[in-house]
Order: sequence, then C-alpha cells, then structure tokens
Amino acid sequence: MPTVFIPSMMQKLTGGAEQVVVEGSSVRQVIRNLDKIHPGVKDWLLDDNQLKSNISVAIDGVITPMGLLEDVDHASEIHFVAAISGGTGSTSSRSRIPARSPLHRPPSPQFH
Amino acid sequence: MSTNNYEPNMVLSTKQFKVVGTRPVRHDGADKVTGRALYGADLQLADLLHGAILRSPHAHARIKSIDTSKAEALPGVKAVAVSTDLPAPGDQVVDIGEGDTPLKYVRDNVLASDKVCYKGHAVAGVAAINVHVALEAVGLIEVEYEPLPAVLTAPDAMRDDAPVLHEDLTTDELGEKTDKVSNVAKHFQFKLGDIEAGFAAADTIVEREFDTSTVHQGYIEPHNATVLWNNDDRIHIWCSTQGSFVVRDVTATVLGIPESRIRVTPMEIGGGFGGKIPVYLEPVAALLSKKTGKPVKIVMSRQEVFEGSGPTPGSHIKVKMGVTKEGKIVAAQASLAYEAGGYPGAMVTPGAMCVFAAYDIPNVVVDGYDVVVNKPSTAAYRAPGATNAAFATETVVDEITEKLGVDAIEFRLNNAAKEGTRRADGPKYRSIGCVDVLEAIKNHQHYNAPLEGPNRGRGVAIGFWFNVGLQSSCAINVNSDGTLALVEGSTDIGGSRTSIAMQAAEVLGLRAEDVRPTVVDTDSVGYTDVTGGSRVTFCTGIAAIEAAEDVKRQMVERAAKIWDVDAETVEFDGGTFRGVSNGNSEMSFKELAGRLGKTGGPIVGRATVQPKAVGGSFSGNIVDVEVDPETGKVTILRFTAVQDAGKAIHPSYVEGQMQGGSVQGIGWALNEEYYMSQEGVMANSSLLDYRIPTALDLPMIDTVIVEVPNPGHPFGARGVGEANIVPPPAAIANAIHAAVGVRMSRLPMNPPSLMEAIWAKERQ
Repeated sequence: MPTVFIPSMMQKLTGGAEQVVVEGSSVRQVIRNLDKIHPGVKDWLLDDNQLKSNISVAIDGVITPMGLLEDVDHASEIHFVAAISGGTGSTSSRSRIPARSPLHRPPSPQFH
Repeated sequence: MSTNNYEPNMVLSTKQFKVVGTRPVRHDGADKVTGRALYGADLQLADLLHGAILRSPHAHARIKSIDTSKAEALPGVKAVAVSTDLPAPGDQVVDIGEGDTPLKYVRDNVLASDKVCYKGHAVAGVAAINVHVALEAVGLIEVEYEPLPAVLTAPDAMRDDAPVLHEDLTTDELGEKTDKVSNVAKHFQFKLGDIEAGFAAADTIVEREFDTSTVHQGYIEPHNATVLWNNDDRIHIWCSTQGSFVVRDVTATVLGIPESRIRVTPMEIGGGFGGKIPVYLEPVAALLSKKTGKPVKIVMSRQEVFEGSGPTPGSHIKVKMGVTKEGKIVAAQASLAYEAGGYPGAMVTPGAMCVFAAYDIPNVVVDGYDVVVNKPSTAAYRAPGATNAAFATETVVDEITEKLGVDAIEFRLNNAAKEGTRRADGPKYRSIGCVDVLEAIKNHQHYNAPLEGPNRGRGVAIGFWFNVGLQSSCAINVNSDGTLALVEGSTDIGGSRTSIAMQAAEVLGLRAEDVRPTVVDTDSVGYTDVTGGSRVTFCTGIAAIEAAEDVKRQMVERAAKIWDVDAETVEFDGGTFRGVSNGNSEMSFKELAGRLGKTGGPIVGRATVQPKAVGGSFSGNIVDVEVDPETGKVTILRFTAVQDAGKAIHPSYVEGQMQGGSVQGIGWALNEEYYMSQEGVMANSSLLDYRIPTALDLPMIDTVIVEVPNPGHPFGARGVGEANIVPPPAAIANAIHAAVGVRMSRLPMNPPSLMEAIWAKERQ
C-alpha cells in the first residue's frame, strides 16, 4: 500500500503520525481512504473536490500535474507539498473562481 | 567530463548531439540588432489614443472621493476610468498567485477602490489624443484621501499595534483560517526530524538574523499595453508580458468577461525576470478603449515601473544551524518573514523550500510568514524568495566553516544534498547536481589561485532553484523546401525561440537554421503557461520535441506510401528516410517535404505537454573582492559562476543566463534597494539613483556549465534561468568577511552599511 507523508501542519489531524500507510490506486482514492482513518484530512487538502490551489502532490519526489487523478502503486511515497511555479508562485496561472464567503469591507468612497 | 584545466566559459559535457549543444545564431538576432524588432511601445494603430495613470501620493490612505470632472472637461481628453468602472468583485477568489486570492485584491491593485496601499498605487486612468494631454488630465483629477500611518517592514507590520492594511485580512495560521485580523496573511511551517534532539547533538551552533531590502527586477523595457475593445465586444491586447495567456485570463477575470473574448498578442519583451507576469495596465486600457471605441496605449515611465509594478520582497530572516565537531550539520532552523507589499502573496513559500535546499540535514524546522506592508505589491524575481534565503544560510555556513577551521567547499561537500536526500518540505530529491557543482568549484583554477593584497578576500556560496514544468503547446508546419515553421506561445526573453527550434531540429536531423520559430497570439496556439520558473527550454522544448516526433511519424508514413512498403520498415536517421525492405531506398527530409502535396497533403506536427520530472538546478559562485576600508566601496575583482544545466541546449544562452543572473545578484548584494522615507515614499525611483551595476562596475563573469542530465527531459535539459541569482549576495558577503573581517547581515552591502560594520568592529 502507498505511504502518505503527512505535512507537519496536518499532523494534528493524524494524531501526530508523520506517515500513514493507506489503500488506494490513485491520489484521490488515497485521500478518500485517509480521511476515513483520520477525519478532516480531506477538508484540509481539498476544496470543491479539487486539491487546494496552494497544494501540489509529489509521487516519489516528482510533482505531478495530474493531482488527484495520478495513479499510485503499493510502493509509492506520496507527499503534499507547497505549490510553486517559479514565475507565478502557483501551480497554475489559470483563474479559478469558486464561491467564498463575502469579504468585509469598509464603506465605499464617493465617485463624482 | 571533469577537468582541472579550466578556461573561461567551459562546458563540462556528458553527452554530444548534432544540434543540441551547438551555438547557432539566434533567429531573432538580426531584427534585434537592427532595431526592427517590435516592442509594445512601438505599436501604432489607426485612431490610437494615449493613456496615463493617476497614482497615489500616499503609501497608505483611505479614498474618500474621486472627482474626475475637470479632467474630463480638458480638451483632448476622451475618457477617464476609475475602479467603479470595473465590475464589483463580490466574494470571488482567484488563483493567480500563491493560492486563492480575493478578486478584490487583484482588482484593487489594477485600480484602487476604497484604499491605496502604497505610494504609486493606480487610482484612475485617462485616455487622450496624446500622452501630454493625458498627463495634464491626470493632474486635474481630484482625490480626497484620508492618510493613514504606513508600515514598511515585515517585523514592524507583524507587531500587534501595527497599522492594518486590510480590515478583511485574517491570518492563515499553520493551515487553519483564524479570525485574527492582521498583516500576516499566512504562517506556515515545514518540519523534518527532531529539531531539539538535533541541536542537543550539535557541538557548535551559529544563530544570526538578516535583513534584505526590496529590490526591483530592473528590466530595461517599461510595462506597456495597447488595447482595442472592438465593436463586436472582442478585445485585442498587445503588450509586454511573460505570459500572454495569463494576461488574457486575468484581464478577463478583472473585467468580468469570458476569456474567449480576449486575444493577446505578446510583443517582443525587453526583460521581465518575473516582474512581467502580473497584469497592471491591460484592464485599464481596455476600459478606456471600451469608453472611446478606439485603441488605447499606455506606457509606464521608469518611476511608475519602480513605484507601480512589483519588485521582490524585502525580508527578515533568522537562521540557526548546529554542527558536530566532525563537520556534520545535524540541525537547522529558519524563520522567514517576507514583505508581500500591498497585497498578500510574498514569495516566501519557495524561499522556505530553498533555505536549506543544498544540504542533507536530518532535523529541520522552517517557519514562513507572508506579511503585507505599504510598499508596491511584490512579484516574482528570478528564483523568487531563494536569494534572500541563501544569503542567510550561506553566510551562517561560512561562519561555521570559519569556527571549525575547515575548507568552505569540503564542508559543503560533506553535507551536500544528493539524490535520495529528503528535503525539509518532505520529498526526496531525484537526480541533482549539487555535488557536481561543488566539485567543479573545488577543482577550478580560480578557487585554488592565490589572492594577494590587503583588504582582499575570496568567498563562495551555493544556491538552488526548483524550476517548474507547467503546460506548453507547439505546432510545426513542414514547408515544401524542407524547412519548418514552428509555432509556440512562450514569450522569448533569453533566446528560447532558438533553443526550442534546436530541439525540433535535433529530432528531425535538420539544422537550427532550417526551423523558423515564431511566438504567436493566444488564438493561434494551445494554452501555454508563463515564461517563468526556468521552464521554457525544458517544457516548451519537450513540446517541440514531441511535435517534431509527430512530424517524423507522419513523414515516415508518406515515405512508406511512396515506396509502397510497411511504415515499420522505414527508418529515419540524420535527416534521411530509408526503406529497409525496399533495397535501402533513400530520400532526404527535403526531398520528401517537396512531395507532400501529391502524397496526402500538408503535414503539421503538434503537441501539448505537461511534463512531470522537472530538474532543479544548483548554482555556485567563487568571488574575489577588494574593500576600500576608507569608503566602504566593494570592487569585484573576479567572479566565477558554476551551474548545472542538465544539458546545455545552446551553451551561449546558458552562459548568458548565468552571467545575467550573477550581475543581478551582485547588484542585489552591493547597491540595489528601495530607499524609502518613513512615509513610504521611494526616494530613488530612477535608474540614476537606483544603482544597477553596469559593465564598468564588473569584471568578466566566467562560467562553468556542469551537465548532470535531467532524466525527465529527452536531452537531459534543466532550466537555467534562475538558480544563478541565488548565491551571489552570500558569496560576496563571505568574500567581504575574508577581506576585512566583518560579517554583513543586511542587503545591500553598500558603502554606508559596510563602513558602519567596519567602524563597529574597530570599536570592539
């Protein structure tokens, strides 16, 4: 079964466990099964059933652009790492516009 | 290949190819040197209007009202745009930086709505018959501000009593959203091993704090944009950008329209270094064009570039490292607070990922803080975040080697990261060239040459950048004369057109000159991510290779059809097709290209790619300096840059990247800074006062290209555009220490800073 390396900031959800061996043949299945063992993991990693935009998946040290759809095998090391893209700072420069709670703003200025 | 007989500009090649690794003349060279290449400011269109931007005089103020009536009444003024002309952002968030960002922040950085967050923040735009009228009109717009106290550094902005930039910004604390309103947008942490046990096992511990100033990428060509909002509501943008698709998508998002209505034509670009990824002018010019029905061109002045575009973050960094008496690093801890500028998104995450990237350390903790301050909203700058971090780490490492009395390179080799080393953020390295770069430095004649004379010293440092892959597209049309027209979407900043063409030529057995590469608009090529993250020669190169393989496959089928044989029996090598089952009949690529019209029609090869196995790059420096102890001036006597290129596709361009990155690193080290008043006004917003090194300030930058092939690229290429800027400030700081015995902890290490350090040492 693949081994998930738990980021230090997420270890509060795994009772301090740094590695968890969990079933799954894709990253999506692994996360689903990990969430059954350690509830809250899915919400920590996913937003609208997609990886959060500041998180990338590395399989055996290689960042995969396939994210949740990437296949894994029994010997895979899975890491959730910060997403970087050099120039843009994110994994994708494509805009994504999911719903969010309204922002709290001060009164708007007057325009003439 | 290794050698001890170094000469300037050496390539330590491991594998030879026919085209890859050679140095053909760049395809855009003639246009560039004769002035025919068209940049954004050169663009002329019928009925073109000229725009100008009103910018905030305050670093932090609430906007109470804006009155544009006098400006609109000025003869020659055609339109004025303010933030209310943009659709309300609502509660939308967009992913255009480090994770999700409220659309309001993106929109407000284009045109401020309720607040200005830095001096130079855009408030309104004007379109007029010429730029002089536009500028006069800008002066007639009346804005009532309520000035607020400004906060300019990360440590100040992190204080509980600091002025708050955004009342809606709450801290994301270790992955959890909190209700705490503060200037700290995000605090994250990487942890490896047991840090307490690591330091307990250390015989020597060095802990230091460092500050780096805000610096600008310093690209020669200012930002510009020309936009035509056509009568059919389709928009055409011509601009200087590192990512035409990013301009398309962000502009569409800010304007609240579908991206399919926008076509972006990237003009030639006069430098970017990460700073030409954000969008500033395009939405404003679009609004003005919509209002007037005419194309509108806006070109920033140099002052606007400094004050209104995105420099790289200033930072406050703490580094603590523990080593055994045998010289093994057993624990390392860092805290990095980076200034994001007016809106969240400092490049602190990659900084945190790179801070100890060169070393195999079992116990590590790294904390990162993304902090908003009243300075321009920051952007990427060549290995964003890594230079600040390496300045701190490599200075501490130098102090450790001094305390232990060991050779600086031997110590680094003893602790170097290699394939299988686990990084602080979790994954293990694949194939990397850290050891190879250090070995090349150790063996280099420069490292072993005597350095004589008073106040002279030699320093070394190493740095890392991850590089990225992302997405690229490419198409290749076969011409009837056997040449290729290659179409791609990656803005060519450093000669990438040629390096991409060379990779296609290598596959098809042609000369680089037989391939004509063209960077086209967003309607004419598949989605292609930014020219950034040192990804173009790697990723768009793979797209070109796969498109060329597609051409080859189709050409083989045509040869088989002509010879009436099975395609599997046709071989292709060195630009010649051979029919193995047909008496070894031969046909050159050119001959076959001439027969396409009567064998099935034109051939177009195409590819879209999203490669995984990106190869990171290590870079190291040897630098000799001389310090004038009476003035504090530092003279660079000799500078050698060593970098792992995987495989140098075009060695001259790799050397150019290494030299350019080194020079920018030297400027960052010695001269460059946003010199800010307490009110947040940049006092040196011109290239006369913002001191970028010139050729007169520098010796020749000698280069050594190390080639540790990247298994994720068919020819072994790694991105080379960024890692070279990472080590120079630390190497120079270490050389200064060797010269005059002072440890510098602040960038820039300019004469006043150096004299303070020298006088402090004398007082001890």
